[in-house]
Amino acid sequence: MEIKDVEKLAELAKIELSLDEKKNLLSDMEGILSYVKQIQEVNIEEIKPEYEHRNIWREDKIEERDFSGDLIKEQFPESQDGFVKVKKIM
Amino acid sequence: MIDLKNLTIEKASEAMKNGEYTSVDLARAYLKNIEEKNKELNAYLEVFSDALDQAKKADEMIKNGKQTKMTGIPIAIKDNILIKGKKCGAASKILENYTASYDAFVIKKLKEEGAVFIGRTNMDEFAMGSSTQTSAYGVTRNPHDTERVPGGSSGGSAVAVASLMALVALGTETCGSVRQPASFCGLVGLKPTYGMVSRSGTIAMGNSLDQIAPFGKTVRDAEILFDAIKGEDEMDATSIESVLIPSREGKIIGIPWHLFEEGVDKEVMDNFKESVEKLKNAGYKIVDIKLPYSQYSLAVYYIIMPAEVSTNLSRFDGVRYGPRKDGESVNDEYKKTRSAGFGAEARRRIMIGTYVLSHGYYDAYYKRAWRVRHAIEREFENIFKEVDFVLTPTTPTPAFKLGEKMNDPVAMYLCDIFSAPANIAGITAIALPSGMTGKKLPLSIQFMANHFHEKDLFDIGKKFEEIR
Repeated sequence: MEIKDVEKLAELAKIELSLDEKKNLLSDMEGILSYVKQIQEVNIEEIKPEYEHRNIWREDKIEERDFSGDLIKEQFPESQDGFVKVKKIM
Repeated sequence: MIDLKNLTIEKASEAMKNGEYTSVDLARAYLKNIEEKNKELNAYLEVFSDALDQAKKADEMIKNGKQTKMTGIPIAIKDNILIKGKKCGAASKILENYTASYDAFVIKKLKEEGAVFIGRTNMDEFAMGSSTQTSAYGVTRNPHDTERVPGGSSGGSAVAVASLMALVALGTETCGSVRQPASFCGLVGLKPTYGMVSRSGTIAMGNSLDQIAPFGKTVRDAEILFDAIKGEDEMDATSIESVLIPSREGKIIGIPWHLFEEGVDKEVMDNFKESVEKLKNAGYKIVDIKLPYSQYSLAVYYIIMPAEVSTNLSRFDGVRYGPRKDGESVNDEYKKTRSAGFGAEARRRIMIGTYVLSHGYYDAYYKRAWRVRHAIEREFENIFKEVDFVLTPTTPTPAFKLGEKMNDPVAMYLCDIFSAPANIAGITAIALPSGMTGKKLPLSIQFMANHFHEKDLFDIGKKFEEIR
C-alpha cells in the first residue's frame, strides 16, 4: 500500500486527512492487513457454503410507531419548513 | 445502610417488597456512590436527573402489587442504547448532543418492569476498542487499580457495577465488549446467542455480530437481566422467539488448549489450570478438543466487522443530526464533518472496511472471511455434539495500564482473541470471575455453549461460583 491508496480510500469514505494522519493510517492499515491476511492460508475449497440463514418477510402495513417526529426534526443541523437543508447540489 | 457490596437483584426485590427500604432509598444509595466515585472513575457520561422519579414510580408499582423481578432495580445503560428523550452518543463527537427519538427494545421491556435507569455509561467510541480509551469523553478507570483500564468497549457499564454505582448494567458485545471488561473488573458478563436480544435501538457497529449483553456481580443477576431483555421483536428481523433450551446439566467440558499455547500471561494460565482442577473435582469431565478453524476467528472478525462498520458509519454525515462542519459543497461538508467527528479508531475501521469491500480485494478478504466464518460455525456445531461446554480463559492478560497498546492497534485487537469465536459463530458465552492476581487484579474464565443454551451457562456458572 502507498499513500495514494490511503487517499483513494479516504475519498471513498469521505474523510479528510492531513499528511501525518495519512502516514499513520498507512502504517496502521499495513499492520492490520498483515494480521488478517492469515485467513489466506485456509483452504476454503474444503468449506461448503451452507447457508441456513433465511430472510424474514413481512407485509407492508401502516402502523403507529414510537418515533417522535418533533424530536427528529429538532435535531436537524440546518432546516427549512421542517425539511433538512444542505448546500446546493446542482 | 444498604449493603450494596453483597446486594443482588433478588435480595433488593425482597427487601423492597418487605418494605425494608424503597426503590428511592436504593437509588439514593447508588447516587451517593456516584457522587463520591464517578469523578475519578468516569464510568458515567451522564447521571439521569429523573432517576429518583423513576424510582418513585417503581415504588408505586411495588405498593400496588405489580412488582416484577426488575422493578425498582437501578441499572446503568451503555451510551449506545437509546432511551427516548435522553442523550445518546456512542461516546463519539459526531453524535454530540444527539437525543434519542425512541426507546430501544430492551429499554421498552425494562421500562414495563419499572427498572430504574441511573445513567448512561462511557464506552470506546462506537464500541470500537478493548479499553474504553477511545471515548471522546476521556478514559474510564478500573476500580481495582485506577492506573489500569477497565476493558472495553463497555468499560463504563462494567465499572458502574464493579464500583457499586449500579446494581446491574447493560453493555453491548460485538467481539468481547462485555466479557472482556467483566473479566478486567471481576464481574459476570454474558454474551447471548445472536438473535436472542433485539438490536433495535442500539447504535450499530457490526450488525451480524452485535448483541446487547448484561453485566452482574453474580450469575443469577446476569440471568435475571437477560431474561428481562430477551425476546423477538419485529423491529429486528434477526431477533428470534425465545427458544431457550432447558439446561441439560451437561458435564463434559472441552478445552481447545492449542488456541492458547502462547501469548497468555502466566498468572492467567495458572489460574485457568486451577479452575480446571476445581471443575474436575466437582465431577465435570474434561476433554481435549481441537478447533482448527476457530483460531482464525479474530482475523475473520477484523475483516467482517470493519466492512459492516464502514457501511454503518456512512450515515453519520452531519445532515440529520450531530454537529455539522461548514464547507464549500455538500461533499466538502460531509468530509469536514466526518473528519472532525470520528476519532482515530473509528477512522481506521472505516478505512479497513472500505478497503476489504473494494473491487479487487473483496474476494480475497471479505468473501473469504465469510467462508471461514461458515467453517467456524460448523466447527462449533460439531464440537457441541461431543461436549457441553468449551472452556478458555476470558482474556490473555489481566487489566493493563492506561495508555498501553494505544499506538499498536493489532496488540489491542489481540485482547479479544478468546472472545472472537463466540461472536463469529453466534453462540453464547459467559465470563466468570475466577480469582485474583498477586496484584489483586481480577481473573476470569469463559464458558461457551451452543446456540440457545444460555441456561446451561447459568447452571455451570452458578456451580463455579460455589467451587471457585
